[in-house]
Amino acid sequence: MKKIIVFLFAIAPFLLMAQKKDLQKTIFEVDGVCGMCKARIEKTAFGIKGVKTATWDIPSHQFQVLYDANKVSIEDIHASIANAGHDTPLATAPDEVYENLPMCCLYERKKKVE
Amino acid sequence: MKTILIFLLLLFTFPMLAQEQVEGQLLFQENNETYPLEGVNIYWLNSSKGTVSDQDGKFSLAREISTNQLVFKYLGFRTDTLTVDSDKKIIHFMKEATGESLDEVELTQRRKAIQKSYFEAQNLIQVNSAELLKAACCNLSESFETNPSIDVNFSDALTGTKQIRMLGLSSPYLLITEENIPSVRGASQIYGLTYTPGTWIESIQITKGAGSVTNGFESIAGQINTELQKPFSDAPLFVNLFSSINGRQEANLHWNTEVSDKWSTGLYVHGNQRTLSTDRNKDGFLDLPLTRQVNLFNRWQYTNATKGWVSFASFRFLDDQKQTGSIDFDQKTDRGLTKEWGSQIDTKRFDASLKIGYVFPLLTYQSFGFQAAFNSHDQNAYYGLRQYDIKHDSFFGNLLFNSILGNTKNKFKTGINIAWDRYEEVVDGGLYQRTDQVVGAFFEYTYDSLEKWNIVAGIRIDRHNNLGTFLTPRFHARYTPWERSALRFSFGQGRKAANIFAENQTLFATNRTIQVQSNEGSIYGLRPEKAWNYGLSFRQGYTLFNKQGDLTLDYYRTQFQDQVVVDWETARYIRFYNLEGKSYANSFQLEVDYAPFKHTSFRFAYKNYQVKTDYLDGLKQKPLQPEHRFFANGEYNNVTPEGNGWRADLTYHFVGEQRLPSNPRDGVNSNSNAYGLWNAQITRVFSPRFEVYLGSENLTNEKQLNPVINVDQPFGRDFDASLVYAPVFGSMVYAGLRFNLN
Repeated sequence: MKKIIVFLFAIAPFLLMAQKKDLQKTIFEVDGVCGMCKARIEKTAFGIKGVKTATWDIPSHQFQVLYDANKVSIEDIHASIANAGHDTPLATAPDEVYENLPMCCLYERKKKVE
Repeated sequence: MKTILIFLLLLFTFPMLAQEQVEGQLLFQENNETYPLEGVNIYWLNSSKGTVSDQDGKFSLAREISTNQLVFKYLGFRTDTLTVDSDKKIIHFMKEATGESLDEVELTQRRKAIQKSYFEAQNLIQVNSAELLKAACCNLSESFETNPSIDVNFSDALTGTKQIRMLGLSSPYLLITEENIPSVRGASQIYGLTYTPGTWIESIQITKGAGSVTNGFESIAGQINTELQKPFSDAPLFVNLFSSINGRQEANLHWNTEVSDKWSTGLYVHGNQRTLSTDRNKDGFLDLPLTRQVNLFNRWQYTNATKGWVSFASFRFLDDQKQTGSIDFDQKTDRGLTKEWGSQIDTKRFDASLKIGYVFPLLTYQSFGFQAAFNSHDQNAYYGLRQYDIKHDSFFGNLLFNSILGNTKNKFKTGINIAWDRYEEVVDGGLYQRTDQVVGAFFEYTYDSLEKWNIVAGIRIDRHNNLGTFLTPRFHARYTPWERSALRFSFGQGRKAANIFAENQTLFATNRTIQVQSNEGSIYGLRPEKAWNYGLSFRQGYTLFNKQGDLTLDYYRTQFQDQVVVDWETARYIRFYNLEGKSYANSFQLEVDYAPFKHTSFRFAYKNYQVKTDYLDGLKQKPLQPEHRFFANGEYNNVTPEGNGWRADLTYHFVGEQRLPSNPRDGVNSNSNAYGLWNAQITRVFSPRFEVYLGSENLTNEKQLNPVINVDQPFGRDFDASLVYAPVFGSMVYAGLRFNLN
């Protein structure tokens, strides 16, 4: 019995922490091509503080992210992914980053940056 | 009970995020099998709101005001749009796309019946129901015939029960769980695998090596988990009938129904019997026992996907009877006399379990799990003049919490378990009683680099009344050096109390004198067993002539620090003593899988076992453990998606020489002959609802001619029915049918 109480105390912080967060789940399209893109996009997302989980689906290009809106804004997530070389609906990758992507990752750009 | 209440209260106080959700599950049917579709894109038409189905094909998505058109999109499948008006759960079957571009073909390849993972840190082998159909008969102990990672051995000449081994170690060194609740253990160690009918099994997960810390400290060589059919997903009505020429008949009936939108229930009835006496080798003893089993299983499933709850309550009752020995033995008149030698094993068992799982809304990685199980096992048995009764009651409870540290690259599981076991044994008139009580806590951390690395590191602490207080560390890592490969490494510790009589029940089929060389240990006067397991595994996928295959190399070593040695080396005696010196089991496996033509696949495996123990007279290979084994399986399957066609299967097992302890039949320092066994099965699938099968085990009629030693004087000191290394019965033909209402 004592152990159970100790255990509940041990996990209580996690539950309390969860309550303070403003967790949001969003899906948007991220341009990319292959498994290397997937690794790059997801690694970038996981590198952002406040991102809990992220997946990018290769065939549909849908990017799904769960994040804490108190720690990071959705615009920042778009910007970080774009900075890694992948265009999103809200941010465009810098040309020099895009051009330095490996051959297989060079997706067709929808919007031409002037 | 108090624990459960506290746990529930804690959960209910937690604010639930109420939002109108649309839920459902995406499935795909092929060859009469239903598979969940993971990674399907689900979104509201003309909106950016969407989700992706999880590994069970399930999804949950907030309702959109602007539209009721929900789109399902998955490469290689037809994109479907559904109008969603009601709150009813959506179950949607996706159809494969036809006549579209060629590079999509790869995605629609048949799902392999045995799946070995490239991505898990643990060496995990997933066996799905398609593979289970290859061995038509009949229970869990017979489900491994087509799986090279598990070896099937013959345990004794009387009951013919098949014993499984992994990494050269017998089932007591494996943790066998049923839906993650320890099941085949203690009193049910030897016959327990025959208590789960094959049709009840949904899938099997085999973990080689140390395994996870979450289910206890008992696993040493590996873990086998069985998932049973669930009322929610199993066919509403399923019938299976089986008959073989050795007089065995089996019948299975599943009936599943939805009680409400959240509750479903299933009733599973199994019966088997063998009433025909056979003595093909004319030794006066039955080749196979006369048996009768009734097995009833009822389970209730509660699913509330909106709130994230799932729960199971299960009840099970088993009555199993086996009679064996001399063909002239009459249990009514001959028991306790030396006229005819006979044996009877009667077992009654009751199991009840409760499972509650809760997944936090939105946070799909965070969940609670609670399990509680109670079993009562009562066996009454006699073997000639020997008696072995065992009564074993046990309780198991587990509370588990899953979550993340920062993000989903870093996950953890933590929790506590409690177990209570009460044993009462009568061995040749002597009474043994024991109670085991243990409380343990565990923490397991999983790191996923998203690319090349995975690590699972776990530790648990247990306080046991007979084993003391101890730590159990376990570690698994996976590294992918290049495409389609996985390099795995693991180490871990395990311990167990050796139930010497229950685990070696075949000794009662001999007239050997039992000697327990006590050293003041806590269990039968012996110290508990303790071992380290180390493993290295490499897997590589390849493409040869445009067809896929893969190659796996496994090397595992189990090193005992303490062991209860079972010594059969001296004629007329069986001795139990704690290990003095070395004991280890080294196993090596090379496996090649290849699918050279359409509908056809092959699997080959070579296995080498060095299982050595320091006996009183020196270091020797374990008796009845072949050093070499070879396995081959060929499969043909042209069943169309509409559910029509043929399935055929041919399996070969080569069993190398086995060392035999010295005995009057084989002499001193002898080995058994090597032999090969062929099994075949052919199934005609008429429709997704109906199929018939015909098969044969041991096609070439391989058998051991005189399985029972000193069969003429069954009450003499040399009588021994335990030294069996090959089939007793010879070839066997069977036929059966399966019908389900879907």
